[in-house]
Amino acid sequence: MAEQNMVQALNTALHEMFEGDARILLMGEDVGKNGGVFRVSEGLFDKFGGQRVIDTPLAESGIIGTAIGLAVGGMRPIAEVQFMGFLYPGLDQLFSHAGRLRARSVGQVSVPLLVRMPYGGGIRAPEQHADSAEAYLTHTPGLKVVVPSTPYDAKGLLYSAIEDPDPVIFLEPIRMYRLGRMEVPEGRFTVPIGQARVAKTGSDLTLICWGAMTHLAMTVAEDFQKRGIEIEVLDLRTLAPLDRQAIASSVAKTGRCVILHEAPRTGGLAGEITALIMEVAFWYLKAPVARVTGFDVPYPAYAWEDFYMPNPERLSRVITETLKD
Amino acid sequence: MQAWPIYRVMGDDANAPNLVSDDLALRIYKDMVLLRTFDEKALNLQRQGRVGTFPPSLGQEATEIGSAYALSKKDWLVPSYRDHGALYVHGVPFENVILFAMGRAASLAGDVRALPSSIPIATHLPHAVGLAMAMQMQGEESVAIAYFGDGATSEGDFHEALNFAGVFKAPAIFLCQNNGWAISVPVSRQTASPTLAQKAVAYGIHGVRVDGNDALAVYQTVKQARERALSKEGPTLIESLTYRLGPHTTADDPTRYRQAEDLVPWRGEHDPIVRLGVYLEKQGVLGPKDLDGMKKDAQEWVNQAVEAAEAMPKVKPIEMFEHVYAVMPPRLVQQLQDLEGGVQ
Ligand SMILES: Cc1ncc(C[n+]2csc(CCOP(=O)(O)OP(=O)(O)O)c2C)c(N)n1
Ligand SMILES: [Mg+2]
Repeated sequence: MAEQNMVQALNTALHEMFEGDARILLMGEDVGKNGGVFRVSEGLFDKFGGQRVIDTPLAESGIIGTAIGLAVGGMRPIAEVQFMGFLYPGLDQLFSHAGRLRARSVGQVSVPLLVRMPYGGGIRAPEQHADSAEAYLTHTPGLKVVVPSTPYDAKGLLYSAIEDPDPVIFLEPIRMYRLGRMEVPEGRFTVPIGQARVAKTGSDLTLICWGAMTHLAMTVAEDFQKRGIEIEVLDLRTLAPLDRQAIASSVAKTGRCVILHEAPRTGGLAGEITALIMEVAFWYLKAPVARVTGFDVPYPAYAWEDFYMPNPERLSRVITETLKD
Repeated sequence: MQAWPIYRVMGDDANAPNLVSDDLALRIYKDMVLLRTFDEKALNLQRQGRVGTFPPSLGQEATEIGSAYALSKKDWLVPSYRDHGALYVHGVPFENVILFAMGRAASLAGDVRALPSSIPIATHLPHAVGLAMAMQMQGEESVAIAYFGDGATSEGDFHEALNFAGVFKAPAIFLCQNNGWAISVPVSRQTASPTLAQKAVAYGIHGVRVDGNDALAVYQTVKQARERALSKEGPTLIESLTYRLGPHTTADDPTRYRQAEDLVPWRGEHDPIVRLGVYLEKQGVLGPKDLDGMKKDAQEWVNQAVEAAEAMPKVKPIEMFEHVYAVMPPRLVQQLQDLEGGVQ
């Protein structure tokens, strides 16, 4: 088994999938000759040609809308959006069509569409290249939303996503693309959509996170462990549909919960997860559910990025608060 | 079928008279040299880690500078990320551009009629239409000009903006810099139309192609578009044919998608600075040593701007919160307190 970072794991998965299923296409801006701006599609164009690895005109609505048609028409398109901050011209296609066609056609039309995009901050990117807009998508009925935080999960979730009969939005945390390597099996394997992962077990507090925030969560949890406090880190991996069972059983066990995300606070997914905890684990709570998030400001130019991003100090402070009796 | 000639005033294949005075041409030339010097400096600073990702306009100086000289300071400039040259001519100091590249939001100056450079492609074009309409509604003698690339013509907002501008006869100018590339994607992949200018026809507005490396032709084209707009003849789509000599940004590696030979027709005697220099020498207003002097001046000037930018005080958390709304709402006051509490 080879050690791979997330870009390599995704790239290998794409190569394998293209070999295995001639209906699979990749389409987007700079995905062909250039191999994608993060090189996730490196080598695909040379191997599978421009009919399957398609450099499209610069238009997100066109990319996603055309991919919807291709999916309905029997192909298996993977649409790439260059950065999540540039998804917005294509949102109408997700909101009004991808998420609704099955329901509107009373089950007669399936949209087996996969939309991939890098998202999130932490790499000093130019303005508007660091958005975490997952809440718009999880709020949209009909869409599934997944976020790997490790190379293994990236590959396994990509296989699940391409095989799913419904539209799946696949968010790739930019900061995790090349941060850390791990063994990733060759060939097909799946990580089921809808299943969270206990990244670290613990009994004192549940720390819920996804994407690049999992990295921060693990660092802080290990720090607390040195002081004898056992934090359970729950990496959600799928944001829609949420793994109610995993959240319920972890919070029931620990009685305390902190939710961590880099998206702005108001209307962020932490609010939804908190409500879910009220429904499934309220009577087990020993302290109010707390959240550590980005602020309610547009993601700032990178000179302010360190202020914006949740960091070990902010997270530790809120965890310590929540651990108080 | 309408023909789409490329408007050109310099060189052997000129097809239109030059109306630009030597004095003005010389000023345009100086600023083109300054822009090139600045871009080269910024590329160096990026390599040294002193500024972040930077999009140089190498090769596009004639369009950047020539176009902006044709504007009045009362006009609204609605730029993309590569238009610091035009913004500079319009009044934004270079220090501000450097601050912008340092990840500090300062690509503007308060008294300059310009919007912040649009990062999302083409989505700023409708703003230019609205600004143009606002100028007209208030009886101002000003237009709005949007700057964008060839790739932008594929986005829906490009088409919506042209259509609105046509319907409302907005005094707007759409300046499309066809520099051959949208990152790695050639313009032939953006459209099956032989030209970008002809897209104007579908919206009932004026369309024109200009040699984008001919600064004087660009100047005149924008000036004419401006006059049309102000005399209520409606908006103009300008396709300015130029070439991106550098990488898309410092994060881009052009060797992955284009060959060194691709640059040949755009380098040397075709370089916009060389072309205007040759013209000015012929006119007898530029001596063989003048360019060196201008370069030296430009370097000093740019170095000063960099020093000024680097001497700015460190950023503070409050700056991230204070301009989100006119009045900071309680939840942001609270969040700022939380952050500052943690920072201390
Ligand atoms: C809506 C949107 N989609 C994608 C991007 C990513 N992106 C940045 S620049 C660029 C290419 C733009 O090409 P063009 O319009 O020709 O302008 P140029 O860079 O050549 O000046 C792309 C795809 C973006 N900024 N905005
Ligand atoms: Mg271009």
